[in-house]
Amino acid sequence: MPANSWTPDQPIVAIHDLHKSFGALEVLKGVSLEVMKGEVICIIGPSGSGKSTLIRCINALNPVDSGSILVEGQEVNDPAVDKLALRKKVGMVFQQYNLFPHKTALQNVMMAPLKVLKQPRGEVEKRARALLTRVNLEGKEDSYPGELSGGQQQRVAIARSLAMNPDVMLFDEVTAALDPETVKEVLVAIKDLAQSGMTCILVTHEMGFAREVADHIYFTDRGVIVEHGPPATFFTESSDPRTREFLSQIL
Amino acid sequence: MNAFQQFFFDLSEEHPRWNFIFFYDPVQTERVLSGLWMTIQLSVVCVILSVLIGLVGAWLQGAHSRLVRAVVQGYIQFFRNTPPLIQLLFFYFALGQFTPTYSPDGWLEVPIISNVGWAIISLSFFAGAFNVEIFRAGIEAVPESTREAAESLGMNRLQAFIYVVFPLAFRVSLPALNNNLVNLVKTTTQALAIAVPELLYQMVSIYNDYSTAQNACMVVLFVVYIGLVGILVTGMNAWERAARVPGYGQ
Ligand SMILES: Nc1ncnc2c1ncn2[C@@H]1O[C@H](COP(=O)(O)OP(=O)(O)O)[C@@H](O)[C@H]1O
Ligand SMILES: [Mg+2]
Repeated sequence: MPANSWTPDQPIVAIHDLHKSFGALEVLKGVSLEVMKGEVICIIGPSGSGKSTLIRCINALNPVDSGSILVEGQEVNDPAVDKLALRKKVGMVFQQYNLFPHKTALQNVMMAPLKVLKQPRGEVEKRARALLTRVNLEGKEDSYPGELSGGQQQRVAIARSLAMNPDVMLFDEVTAALDPETVKEVLVAIKDLAQSGMTCILVTHEMGFAREVADHIYFTDRGVIVEHGPPATFFTESSDPRTREFLSQIL
Repeated sequence: MNAFQQFFFDLSEEHPRWNFIFFYDPVQTERVLSGLWMTIQLSVVCVILSVLIGLVGAWLQGAHSRLVRAVVQGYIQFFRNTPPLIQLLFFYFALGQFTPTYSPDGWLEVPIISNVGWAIISLSFFAGAFNVEIFRAGIEAVPESTREAAESLGMNRLQAFIYVVFPLAFRVSLPALNNNLVNLVKTTTQALAIAVPELLYQMVSIYNDYSTAQNACMVVLFVVYIGLVGILVTGMNAWERAARVPGYGQ
């Protein structure tokens, strides 16, 4: 499918039969999934099942071995993929925040629009301040990451990613490194984003949150999607023993 | 003679071993000042060039091409494992034979790279080899995940290097860079061997002409180098402090 033939009624992210190995270790063994524009999907599953690898493949941080990943019709599994075009469409938030420690919160948010998109500073700054306000960080603009709590840093990371105006946001266990008290403030920011119509792909262990915000839940184990469904049925009617065991441990 | 000059003139009369001749003889003053000026120029130019070489080398060490990496590695090994004095002699006497000459007056053949030029080249590459290693260690201290975050925001390798990796690596590298640049400033004295008229060269010439000035020359040399290195270190420390980020590093 040529890139320009994509229309919003088609899946914004379409993954088909994705395989990925690290050396002899096959981490993804034929994963397929589709996400429609505005949908929120949650990927759950035991540690090591390939969740991070899967979402890192979507924005080409990990090259894949075979299969197809289409983001708005653009094939990611292509050595000549235009990474800049892809990453303008796909934002990513990491478990460890990965802020730029030598820049203030505001500078972190402004950096990519200024340096990558070469947008005018005044406009970028206005948007960056608005984004920081949106994630409840008013007053922290001039703080360095080292002066912020984990939850605050993670919200800066979300604002930084949003500053590129992505169409899809990827979240990889973004609350897993946080103190329990600050988990909520980050989940609130993501929920606000999800409800505003942003397409979100989340890897999470927060089942209550997944149940509340997800349109669709995928359960992965050992490199395959075992089962998936809307939260209403997924948590109560899942049939595979692996899913049941995982849910019994985590719920 | 003013009072200052008179004082040192009298001192040399009373204590012939302490003949600070350059403090009362304007010709010798001129020699010291021109030597000092040459040392400062040599130091500043070599510091800047060696840092640039360090930057480019550290960048090239991350290149995909194995050949490029091997060339950088070979360069480092050569300049790090051989004495700078031999490098100077080699550049000036060996390579100097093969550089083209020109004739400004139609008589004399002048090589296009002077001894000062060779000193700058040789000393910059010498200190640059250490700077490559220093910067590389700094770059390796930047977590891969931070670079990935930059990449996921659409930056290419060069942008991530310029805006994220290097500023962080540089902070880590500053103390070691500081040491190496101090060494470089002190090593500029070895340009004496190829007759670059820097401070040591001038001082040695003075006490060859006036043997009673020997002790005085030594004292002034020590004082001047303590001063020059002091200025450099103060500047580097101020830079280190200015680059310090709250909550990052120590
Ligand atoms: N860069 C890598 N090199 C080698 N093995 C890796 C790499 N990244 C992940 N893996 C391995 O792939 C498997 C899946 O990892 P990951 O996708 O991080 O799982 P999850 O996020 O579900 O915990 C693990 O066994 C992990 O050790
Ligand atoms: Mg993971």
